[in-house]
Parts: sequence; C-alpha cells; structure tokens
Amino acid sequence: MSEQFEPVIIGFTCNWCSYRAADLAGTSRIKYPPNVRLIRLMCSGRLDPTFVIKALAGGADGVLITGCHPGECHYLDQNYKAMRRYLLLRRTLVQMGIEPQRVKLVWASAAEGARLANEITKLVEEIRLLGPLNWPTSTNGKVELIESMEVPA
Amino acid sequence: METNQTPQQRIGVYVCHCGSNIAGVVDVEDVAKWAAEKLGHRGVVIARDYKFMCSSLGQELIEKDIKELGLTRVVVAACSPHLHEQTFRTACKRAGLNPYLCELVSIREQDSWVHTDRAAATVKAKAIVSGGVERVTFHEALEPLRVPIHPDSLVVGGGIAGIQAALEIADAGYHVFLVEREPSIGGHMAQFDKTFPTLDCAACILTPKMVSVGFHPNITMLTWAEVTHVEGFVGNFTVTVKQKPRSVSTSLCTGCGICQEKCPKKVVDEVYEAGLGFRKAIYTPFPQAVPKYPVIDRENCTFYLKGTCKACEKFCPTGAIDFNQKEEFIQLQVGNIILATGYDLFDARRISEYGFGRLANVFTSLEFERMTNAAGPTNGNIVLRDGVTVPKSVAIVHCVGSRNKNYNNYCSSICCMQSLKFAHLVEERTGAEVYNFYIDMRTPAKAYDEFYQRLLEEGTHFVRGRVAEITDAARRPGEEGKLIIQAEDTLIGKQRRIPVDMVVLSAALEPRHDHKETAHLFGLSCSSDGWMIERHPKLDPVATMTEGIFIAGCVQGPKDIPASVSQGAAAAARVLGKIQQKEIALEPIRATVDQDRCSGCRICNNLCPFNAIIFHADRMVSEINPALCQGCGTCVAACPAGAISGTGFSNEQILAQLDGLLLHNIQQLSAIP
Repeated sequence: MSEQFEPVIIGFTCNWCSYRAADLAGTSRIKYPPNVRLIRLMCSGRLDPTFVIKALAGGADGVLITGCHPGECHYLDQNYKAMRRYLLLRRTLVQMGIEPQRVKLVWASAAEGARLANEITKLVEEIRLLGPLNWPTSTNGKVELIESMEVPA
Repeated sequence: METNQTPQQRIGVYVCHCGSNIAGVVDVEDVAKWAAEKLGHRGVVIARDYKFMCSSLGQELIEKDIKELGLTRVVVAACSPHLHEQTFRTACKRAGLNPYLCELVSIREQDSWVHTDRAAATVKAKAIVSGGVERVTFHEALEPLRVPIHPDSLVVGGGIAGIQAALEIADAGYHVFLVEREPSIGGHMAQFDKTFPTLDCAACILTPKMVSVGFHPNITMLTWAEVTHVEGFVGNFTVTVKQKPRSVSTSLCTGCGICQEKCPKKVVDEVYEAGLGFRKAIYTPFPQAVPKYPVIDRENCTFYLKGTCKACEKFCPTGAIDFNQKEEFIQLQVGNIILATGYDLFDARRISEYGFGRLANVFTSLEFERMTNAAGPTNGNIVLRDGVTVPKSVAIVHCVGSRNKNYNNYCSSICCMQSLKFAHLVEERTGAEVYNFYIDMRTPAKAYDEFYQRLLEEGTHFVRGRVAEITDAARRPGEEGKLIIQAEDTLIGKQRRIPVDMVVLSAALEPRHDHKETAHLFGLSCSSDGWMIERHPKLDPVATMTEGIFIAGCVQGPKDIPASVSQGAAAAARVLGKIQQKEIALEPIRATVDQDRCSGCRICNNLCPFNAIIFHADRMVSEINPALCQGCGTCVAACPAGAISGTGFSNEQILAQLDGLLLHNIQQLSAIP
C-alpha cells in the first residue's frame, strides 16, 4: 500500500443532492476509497472557481465538484451556472498547465449514493494514474504564492 | 492562510464512537488525542471521545465544558449534519453558546461507513476534524430568521390521503385549498368495490368523507385544476393553479345529470372505468362525484369538434352550460403544501408475454376492481370480456411489474392483499376455481394474515412461482379456448400449465408519469424509482427536504389505504404544528452585499433565480432582499469585487475548512520552531 500513490481529493458537494448522496452511500455501506474529503456547500452554484484552484494549490491532487442533475436544482437552475464556471475553469487549468482531468463535475441526486461512490472510485483511479500534482506551493513557499492569488477587492 | 487575522478561539472537539458504527473503523481515541495535541495551537483546548455524543450524557459533556472551560466554539465529529446538527446546536444553546458556533462534521456516513482500511479512515477522520476546527473559527453568532406562517394550506391531490389531510386541517379551523386534476375528488379509492381485509365497501367509507370535503366551510376545492407554478418558501408560498374550463357554470348547475343523459357522445372512460366502461362527453366520473358539477371533455365533445349538437345546453334546466368558458389562472397564498398526488398503475402491456391487450380475457387489477363494483360497467358481475360469460376458473397473478428487475425492483406492497381480495370475490360471486400465482405472500399488517388464512380455508389454490407466460395456444386436451398459465411451482419443483377462463394481473403501483415535473415544480427530489424522497425514511416520512412541503400517500411510495390515511393525517398534523407556531425559524443562510465594496457591475443581478437582488440605480449598488434570498450562494461566488458574503458559507469558512482538510494548519505548526 505504501508503494501506491494515494492522491488527496477535495470534493465539493451540494447540501440538497450530492451531500445527501454521500450520506446515502454511507447508510447503504457502499465502499469507496478514502482519498476524498468533502466540503458541503448549499449549492454547486456557490462554488467559486477560486476554491478549486486554492485546493489544487494547497496540496490536493484533484477536485470533485458535485451538484444536482440539470433541471433538478434546489434553487431552480444554479447548477447550470456551476456548469458554465466549470467549463471555463477547465480552460483556465489547461492554460496553467494542469491536466483538466484533475477537476471533475459529477451530477448526483440524493438517491444516487451508489453512483457518487462509483464516480469517486473512478476519479481516484484516474488521478492515481496522473500522479501527484506537485503544485509548487504544496511543498514549499506556500504562504506567499497563495496570498498572491487573492482576488483583489 | 488567514490564520493571522483570526482571534484565538477556545474550541472543544468531541469525537463520537457511535457505538461501533464509527469506532469500529476509525480509531476515535487517537483522533481525539491527535486533535488535542496537534490542533492546540489552532485553539483546541479540549478534545474528547465518547460512546454516544448524541445521548443526553454526551450532550451534557459538551454543556459542562462550555461552562467550565469557557469554550467559544464546538466541533462534533459524528454523523451527518442532516441527522444531528440540531441536537448539538441545541446543546450549545442550553449552555449559553450561540447555536451557530457549533459545527458537526461527518466521520460516519462519509468515513467509517464507506471505508474499511482502519489507518486510512483514521487519517481521513483527522483531516475532517481539522477542517471542522478551522471552519468553526470563522463561524458567527447568528439568530434564526423568523418568518410568519400564512395560515392557509394547499393540498395537491384529492385521493384518500389528500382528503384526509384536508379534513384534518379544516377541522382544526384553518383554511385549505384542495386541488385535484380530475373532475371529482376520490382518487383510486373511489374506483374500488371492496377494501381488504375487512371487505368494507370502499364507496360507503369514502363518499361520506368526500361529502364532508365538499361542504366544509374551511375547504376550497379546485377540481379539474392543476398546479402550474410554485414560488416562495415555507410560510409564504405563492401557488398558481390552472383551472381548466369545465364549460359548466358551477354557480348555475344543480348537478341534476340531465345533460349526461342527453349527451349523444359516448367515450371510453380510460380514467375512472379503467377503459372497461363508457362515459359521455359531458360527465361526472361517477354518481357520487364531489363536486357534483360535470365537465365537458372538449377533445371528444361533438360541439367542439364539429360546431353543432349543443344537446346539453338545450336540455339544461338552469342554463348552466357555457361553451365559451376559458381556462383561468388562480393565485393562492399558502403557508404549507401537502403533496398527495398518488400513483399510476403499471401498464401491463409492457410485459408482452402476459398478453394484456392481446388476449381478451386478461384483465388488469384496476379493470377487475371496476368489474366487481356494483356501480361499474358490468354491475358487479364477474364476466369475460364478452360481457356475459361467467368464468369457471380464474388465475390471479401477483407482482406484475413489481419485484422484477426488468420493470420495478420494489414491492408494490398492496398486491398480495388485493389479489387475495380478488380471489375471495371471485369465489363468492362465481364459485369459480381460483389460482393465485405468487412469489412470496406478503401480509404483514393488522388482520391481513388472518385474511390469507381465511382464503386458504376457502379453497383458493396458491401456486408459488412467477408466471412465465400466459398464452391461448393449446397444446394439451382441455386447453382449447382457454388461457394457459405456464409457471414453475417452486414448492413442488415442477413446471405447470393451468388452463383458465380469465386472468387478472395485479399490476404494480408506479410513480405518476409526470413525477419528474411535479418534483421540479415543488422543489423535491425523487428516488431512482420515482417516488418522492422524504426527509428521513424512518423518523420523518412525511416531511421533505424543502421546508413547508409535505408528502402523503403513494407519492412517497406504494402503500395501502390505512397507511395513506395515516400519512395524510400525519402531514396535516405537521402543517398544523407549523401554523400554530405562527412564525417559523429559518436557517439564517443568506447573502448580503457590502455596499461599500459593491462597484455596481450588476453581474449578480441576473444570477438570482428568486429576484432577490435589487439594483439601486441612484447609488449604483446592488442589495439583497433577505426575505427572498434562499441562500444558494451563487451570487457570492460570482461577485468579482468580493462584495457579497454568504452567512454560514462565507469564503473564509470554506477556505478555512479547505485548509484544515489539507492539514495546512499542522504544517504551519511544524514550520513554527
């Protein structure tokens, strides 16, 4: 086990669907790798792309973004906004030299615990193949670089 | 990252064993010890582990520490916040700490229950606790938002669950709007003849309730109407209802029924008679319909098709027919909504090997219900499709479309009892031989199994096995002109071919065909089967994740009449509880604009689906109306100036949690000499 690269993945979940899906995966005792650590948001629309970049800059090897299926958003259509930002974010990542596959958007309804677990398992495998991100800040000089990324007010 | 700006908090960390649910996989003592040691510099002054944090002793532990150690923040690492967030917040409140200064992080649903590697799960638990500690530092003391509850309620669906819910609320003295898509309330129960296991006449017990609804001063019935739009939130929903044109003036109509007699156009009644009988183009579905006013089915009425006829208008003694009625949109203000939209019957045509729609004498359960009903198309006589021949043998097939991976995995829960009822009725009325083909006999409720015992004694044949095929192709003598049931009798381990005259398919209960639209309309989620998801499957079966919207009856899952009635009453009790409080405390998760930082770019303005963001052109700033804001945070994420902050989910909170999850706080410690 020590030989294998164990990526750290940050997952952003929507309070209404994917966080409940994660709960459901738990209550149904569906197993997935322990590499993902979840942050609960009220909606995928709350996801500021900066969070993703900060996660990668801060040592995460991948980021999972989850939300309600299109058309099923608890806040009508905010997941579409998340999707738009996600597509732009991927382009930005490419420009920064980061494999866009490290960031993945997954729709999971509150009933889809098995699906979420399955997607997490797949993502962990994919990131494992990509290897560590090794963003310069994740090993040294982190504080300076991260602060330089602050959004100017 | 923002460590330097935060005032040092006094944080208590509480790690729950949850019996062996967490402790079985995560080394909880180690997690608590680690938090005390490694997160001390982040403000953790005490970290404890305990068998059941949610028990009163566990809660007292927290309360004691808050008082004695002067904790300013509390992190509980236990189950999902959807389960016990309220419990621990209340505990904090009792000890004098603002409840919103408590953070519950999940190391059960998201850790111990989904992982098997003890070491890895423990590391993850530490990261999760660390994320919680960092996040809680940025929590603010909040007060819940108090909003008034409109005392009126809306019940959608006039089946037995909706009727019960409406009556309970109305009897308690509050006004109810009952919206029903069909011309009359009554739902599926109005179609039945007898109800299991008591064999009560369905109409005899249902119609008095329907009449009470019709005459109740506190109930406004909107039949032949559909909800088209729902806006607002608990306490203040604005609901738009489309009133389809009846083409009959309800103020003039006396319900005498002459129009139905005189209407020359006969139409197959696919809804109430399940396709087995006819109705007129102007009709009430059944004589005891509530309300008594008929509707004109414009798709089939000769006048609407050809421009002539008007027989109904000619004969109506009160001049109530109004061909020019238009559809109307009615706006209702309600505080709570109960959804009781029921089920659709599985289309048995989908299982082609059972021959429904192809073999004349294969009937569905609903057709058979109508056939046994004395007011039905055959006057209660059990006869073949020709309308006269009494069957000498009848097969009843259970689990048609249920418990079948090709159609629905779930058990429809009512079919066993319904099939037993059918068997009894066939035996009683025709004396025919009855064969029940079942997979498992499920008779779990009060007096249900006794009914099964009674049927066994009455001489019904029970064959345990799923039916493979129903065919009219005779292979053996005695099979000519019959329907042959091919099934494996799993109790004797043999294939059997049983020729019968009539087959009844106990079809599954399915979610309404438009369940997705309904879910979207009311902001609910459906399970993968299509039933609406309750807040908690055991402890909160009639509430939903959307505050103020409740579910009752088959919309939540297949169930029988007693269960539907119970849920209708339960949902009503929940609504009454809300109304009685007069106001409700909402999570204070709202966005606010810092007017000094807002540049007036208006990027946020179009992002809000609730129109909560107002732009002040004079001052060139945007402002958020907290009464309309639902707290999704999309505008917070979008503001390029960082001028919008989201309470409860601020940038600081989320980034701090991220930092904690990635264990930056620990690295900082090691960086400090």
